[in-house]
Amino acid sequence: MTKRLLLGNDAFCEGLIAGGVRFYAGYPITPATEIAEAMSRRMPQVGGTYVQMEDELGSMSAIMGASATGVKSATASAGPGMALMQNELGQAIVAEIPLVVVNVQRAGPGIGNATRSGQMELMQSRYGANGEVPAVVLAPSTVEEAFWLTVKAVNLSEMLRTVVIVLGEGLLGLQRAVVDLPDDYGEIELAERPRPTVPPAQYLGNYNANELSDVPPIADFGSGYKSILSSVGISRRGGGDISVLGLSENDQDFTIRRLHQKLLDRKDEITLFEEFMTDDAEIVYIAFGTQALSAIGAMHEARANGIRAGVLRLISLWPFPEEVVRSCCAKARAVVVPEMNLGQARLLVGNALANTGVKIVGVNRVDSITIKPAQILDRTMEVLS
Amino acid sequence: MSLPNGMPATRPAKKKLDLQRPLDELVEMYADIPDKSFRYCPGCGLGMAQSAIMRAFHRAGVDITKVATAGGSGCYSVMGHYFKSSHIHGSHGRGCAYATGLKLARPELTVLTLQGDGDLLAIGGNHFIHAARRNIDITVICFNNYNFGDTGGQFAPTTPLGSKTDTSSLGMPEPAFDACKLAIGAGAGFVARSTVAHPAHLTKMIADAIEWKGFAFVEVMQHCHVLWGRRNGMPEAMDMMRFYKDNSVLHLSTVPEEERFDIPVYSEDEKDVKFVLGVLHREKKPEYTEEYAKLRAKAMAKLPAKVKS
Repeated sequence: MTKRLLLGNDAFCEGLIAGGVRFYAGYPITPATEIAEAMSRRMPQVGGTYVQMEDELGSMSAIMGASATGVKSATASAGPGMALMQNELGQAIVAEIPLVVVNVQRAGPGIGNATRSGQMELMQSRYGANGEVPAVVLAPSTVEEAFWLTVKAVNLSEMLRTVVIVLGEGLLGLQRAVVDLPDDYGEIELAERPRPTVPPAQYLGNYNANELSDVPPIADFGSGYKSILSSVGISRRGGGDISVLGLSENDQDFTIRRLHQKLLDRKDEITLFEEFMTDDAEIVYIAFGTQALSAIGAMHEARANGIRAGVLRLISLWPFPEEVVRSCCAKARAVVVPEMNLGQARLLVGNALANTGVKIVGVNRVDSITIKPAQILDRTMEVLS
Repeated sequence: MSLPNGMPATRPAKKKLDLQRPLDELVEMYADIPDKSFRYCPGCGLGMAQSAIMRAFHRAGVDITKVATAGGSGCYSVMGHYFKSSHIHGSHGRGCAYATGLKLARPELTVLTLQGDGDLLAIGGNHFIHAARRNIDITVICFNNYNFGDTGGQFAPTTPLGSKTDTSSLGMPEPAFDACKLAIGAGAGFVARSTVAHPAHLTKMIADAIEWKGFAFVEVMQHCHVLWGRRNGMPEAMDMMRFYKDNSVLHLSTVPEEERFDIPVYSEDEKDVKFVLGVLHREKKPEYTEEYAKLRAKAMAKLPAKVKS
């Protein structure tokens, strides 16, 4: 391990490289631009490719093409760029093409406030694309975590044959921190997508699934197999006919349910979280990303004032870890959800704790200014009084 | 001495077009039709375009397992499924961007996009011009049927001025794109046009485009008698074939005698020419994946990778 002073956006970049990404298509956008800049230098150094596309639709499409050949691929964006990407994001999830997308969230809707930070795309990450597509979303809190979580994102994308979104924030992407990075990325354990094990003549295609939990093999383009990647949602069960124009009702049902079930059946491998003093907590702070650090600060102050506070830091946000929320709040009277939006995570927490009688309140800021522990503490006093 | 557009006067020994080979044999070699039926309308030009592409694969001598195609939405979108090659069937208009990723990640692949005129020139126009500008070694094949056929015949950027479609029932009010001029303007090195009524010529254009090192564009005039033709006085497939035959001339620079295929040669006096066929532009320039490989070699030599790959 070597100590390095690293920019958050560079940590995403190094995480992608350590995770095995060798193709990056980018388009400049604040506050994610440094990832493209770093990738333009680093990709050719590690034998990979950087291409700057004409827009975010182009960069998402280019990485879909690259990943189809078996090369791990990624892109990054923010705000309106992520909005544009939703189109291809949905295509890639349905076509089951492994990809990683880093969203360094800026503040506000529309063009928003490009140089400021926010947490406003938690729901977009899951519900942004058309149709009923699932999502895998990981949110780091620190620069060092940004590195490791991005490695994990690449591994999950390969293992699950899906798109994994790393939900960063401007505040994280543009901060510098001293971090421990491995000297040799080669020592990091990497996952590979399932590839065909039968000869080309017997291969039944990239969507040959029989069970809802299946992650079928995917053949690299040019590897001798006929490999079709289609966002029509091809379903091929037991070697039946491929439908190339639309699906029957049964096949559509099977396809959509399988896209979700393959993730839910592996939720244990996806779910990441961190608990602080929740065992006896009468009040639990549930937060993600940078705001989880404020929650931890508030917890210490609360404990110093004799309040039994605890923190649940959510790291994987989708599929949402409802069971974890429930078990952490087993003894809680109240839950405070501090977040830099108007209550997106609170909605999910409320859903998880439905009918438990736990009081759920939020601390919400949309002015791009980070939530102070004192604010959380004030809210705590209000709730407990 | 050289002909216009830098085409050398002395040409390499001519390969046989092999037009006599029965289609069944080509189907055996290059096609894979999953549900044993075509989803084209009866008489559609796409079937003819598809057989020209198979003959072009044969002529260019490609290994079909090393061919990757990309496309989006449109009547043509099933075509990529019908070859033995690999295919990305993604969203509307992104073919050139998929192809850019495919080719850059695996330069050894032969990469084609199969796109309609609406797909390529309306929603996908940006990807098209930038792929041409990069001069990446892909072949873009545009099936121009004058309208959005898959959605029932609305006007496209290529619909001729004044002609009737579902959304221009009183006549198309907008001027049309000339896709080939657009490609040349954007920097494409190889630009050609042909029609499905000239299958031998079409085969040669596509084969030359596949063999071309760099960005190659072929506009295939492919009739849609069902939607565009019916509304514009050509309700039968044969009406539109005749329309292509009667209104096509060869571009001056592509007329080595043996390759005229009985198409009249363009002369500057003709004012009402509709379809100028042939190679309209040929210009060698640095190819993107080769240039990037040089850049990569320089980067790798300069700073040894800290990462095991």
